[in-house]
Amino acid sequence: MTGAPAWQRYGDSVALLAGLVLLWWLLALWAGEEALTGPAETLARARELAGSRRFHAHVAESLAALGYALLLAALGGLALGTWLGVRPLAGQVAEPILVALYALPKITLYPVILLIFGLGLPAKVAFGAIHGVIPVTIFTLNAVRTIRPVYLKVARTLRLTPWQAFRTVWLPAALPEIVSGQRVGFALTLLGVLIGEMFASQRGIGFVIINAIGLNDVPTIMAAAFLLAVFAATVSAILLKIDRALHRRTARA
Amino acid sequence: MTLAAVAGPGLRAGEAHAALRGVTRIFPPADRRQAPVHALGPVDLDLAHGEFLAVVGPSGCGKSTLLEILAGLSAPTGGTVTFEGAAVQGSPPDGVGVVFQEDASFPWLTVWDNVAFGLRRAGVDAAETARRVDHALGFMGLTGFARAYPAQLSGGMRQRVCIARTLVLEPRLILLDEPFGALDQQTRLLMGDELLRLWRDTGATILLITHALDEAAMLSDRIGVMSARPGRFIDMVATGWPRERDSTIVADAAFGEVTARLWSSLRAESLKALGGER
Repeated sequence: MTGAPAWQRYGDSVALLAGLVLLWWLLALWAGEEALTGPAETLARARELAGSRRFHAHVAESLAALGYALLLAALGGLALGTWLGVRPLAGQVAEPILVALYALPKITLYPVILLIFGLGLPAKVAFGAIHGVIPVTIFTLNAVRTIRPVYLKVARTLRLTPWQAFRTVWLPAALPEIVSGQRVGFALTLLGVLIGEMFASQRGIGFVIINAIGLNDVPTIMAAAFLLAVFAATVSAILLKIDRALHRRTARA
Repeated sequence: MTLAAVAGPGLRAGEAHAALRGVTRIFPPADRRQAPVHALGPVDLDLAHGEFLAVVGPSGCGKSTLLEILAGLSAPTGGTVTFEGAAVQGSPPDGVGVVFQEDASFPWLTVWDNVAFGLRRAGVDAAETARRVDHALGFMGLTGFARAYPAQLSGGMRQRVCIARTLVLEPRLILLDEPFGALDQQTRLLMGDELLRLWRDTGATILLITHALDEAAMLSDRIGVMSARPGRFIDMVATGWPRERDSTIVADAAFGEVTARLWSSLRAESLKALGGER
């Protein structure tokens, strides 16, 4: 597996990427310039956006909102999931509720959030965080719950203090699943922040997109979407790599 | 008993190292329509200092429950457990090491860190930790795998990591719950030799739970035979082997006699256990 040459390992990814670009180009040809901008024009507009000071301010706003939302979702979900995982009854009660909340289209709650937090950064942060916190909680809950009982028996026979047991056995045993949860949590938090910026906001990438929709500025819509896709894919790929490395180490022959 | 009890410091000669008195374990029913499960006992058992005792019994007879009670991992429903004169009450006492049937090596640590795990948590200094870990790895034939992760090792080697992790803490009582259960026959014999060497070198008291009669007969000073559930001792066989012994004892005529006696005690119980499961 590790012995395979680079062109073989990355060949499939490159082929897939080339295929997507080709499909995009064909779609643009078919739909016409007023509906879909082709790859070359999108890239040109993206370069223009990336060089503009106004766009930088929007990016900073989105990154700040995403950063706070991720912090809340990641830490909140980790704490809540761990707590529910070590308390079997609380976990059993909470899990169906969490799954139901996960399935709920959270956009329906946005008016309520706007009323609570007002217009601006806090509302976007809250909206992003409620998207991310639930999957992180569910994954963490299951990670803690499925720790092999024999590890906990070892911790007891080695007479570890509760804190030692948590830090040196519970946490590393649950870590691979926790990272999986953070990966899903990242994608959904980003989604939540962008949706939050699309409505009742004057700043951020989400606003740039919705504003461009209003002006029927297709190249800007496409360029912003393209830049977002690159960002999301990069972070996801990094998290996936960590995730896989952790799971590989835990896998047993 | 064939072995003279060795008195440890501060311990009276002749006093048992660990003892069970009238120990029972009854599991509460899963729901109201079911009856409680009487898993074990009443059981009386004295472990002499430095003794190697094996417990054999049909599957589901409460052998592992017995070990968990002695280890302080679960509390008995009735009766008392003592280790070195002090009562064991549902929490593992100092000086007791346990090796479990399942692979309990930590996959997120290297072999070396796995073995050092207990020492580090106990606050043993780095130089002493390194000395003991390197010694245990050498003893268990794992020196070349110190930097490997458990996932890269075979099942037998992972079990050796677990034994080494228990061993470095220098426990005075070692409890082993079918530690070689998942291994092939040849590996089991060799692991048995390593266990005997460890027992002689450390002078620890060993209780070995096993379902393999030959393994019990080859390793032990005494073998307790348990009945089908609820598990009780129905026979106690003293082997009379010398302290210096290894797996070649399986060729001895007396070895056959021991296993034959174990099987004659156990046969009816195993049939009962089999019938009970159907």
